[in-house]
Amino acid sequence: MTCVLAATIPDAITFVIAAAICVLGALGVVLARNPVHSALMLVMTLFGVAVLFVEEDAQFLAAVQVIVYAGAIVVLFLFVIMLLGVDQKEAIQRDPLPAQRPVAICVGILGLVEVLLLARGRWPSGARSVSGAIGSPGDNVGLIGRSIFTTYLLAFEVTSALLVVAVVGAVVLARRPRRALGQNGAPTGEPGDSEPGDSEPGDSEPGDSEPGGGGPGDSEPGGGGPVDDLADLEVTGP
Amino acid sequence: MSVSASWYLTLAAVLLTIGAIGLLIRRNVLVMFMCVELMLNAANLTFVTFARRLNDIAGQTAVFFVLVVAAAEVVVGLGIIVSIYRRRPGATADDVHGMKG
Repeated sequence: MTCVLAATIPDAITFVIAAAICVLGALGVVLARNPVHSALMLVMTLFGVAVLFVEEDAQFLAAVQVIVYAGAIVVLFLFVIMLLGVDQKEAIQRDPLPAQRPVAICVGILGLVEVLLLARGRWPSGARSVSGAIGSPGDNVGLIGRSIFTTYLLAFEVTSALLVVAVVGAVVLARRPRRALGQNGAPTGEPGDSEPGDSEPGDSEPGDSEPGGGGPGDSEPGGGGPVDDLADLEVTGP
Repeated sequence: MSVSASWYLTLAAVLLTIGAIGLLIRRNVLVMFMCVELMLNAANLTFVTFARRLNDIAGQTAVFFVLVVAAAEVVVGLGIIVSIYRRRPGATADDVHGMKG
């Protein structure tokens, strides 16, 4: 406690409260039965970490932490929980690995104790101010921006590629499987051009998977795609 | 004078441990994913602490990139979870052992 008390009193109080909020929220994430409660506890931890960021002169990161994590990621979690209806207790009656929980807790606490013992106060080491000092003139946002757009410009560009790949991957993953789409879309999309030899799933796929793919030759050029999508949702929704 | 870096790093270690234990003992895939986010936040706290202690802005830049990667990871991971739940509702991590992973 001497190190905490060596700081000024407001700093120490802020740290203690924010650290308690972080740890309580983290324990809540792990221990809550309901996934919705876990997500809300995660918000608590993220706010605590944001307060600590402010305390450590990283104001931009604190704002981004609240906006991106609490505002986007946790909301995405909540959307998935609500949409899937998985907000019930997890079924752990038949645990295939009954020894995993105590072993996991023991190994985790052992690792924590090992880290704390091996460090023993000699935490920070290394060269100072290699890629720009925090205390140099300019505000925090300007310093981070200058660092990103000069030293780490290549990493920033690769990040944009990563985001594009993530978006494409999410669209591909969330799309309905192609076979189910062909079967469900067949009754609504097919009656216009149903020919006797045309009932293979391989033939009905290209016209159904593309919203505007019908073109002038199709029976319903404009509304074919959205109608098919709605029909899919209604058939497989419940 | 601010609180010394050792306390921040200790807190980050505790958060990382809680996240790792949660990742191991929970069976709900969504809660496991939240525990991964906890571990990422612990790493972010360590980055910011070292950035302040070593007076180097690169630590905060690394946190920025970690945030972007975490966002992309959440998007893809939740897509996978949605497709798993669509195939078999109520699945836990033990039910998805078809890949023998």
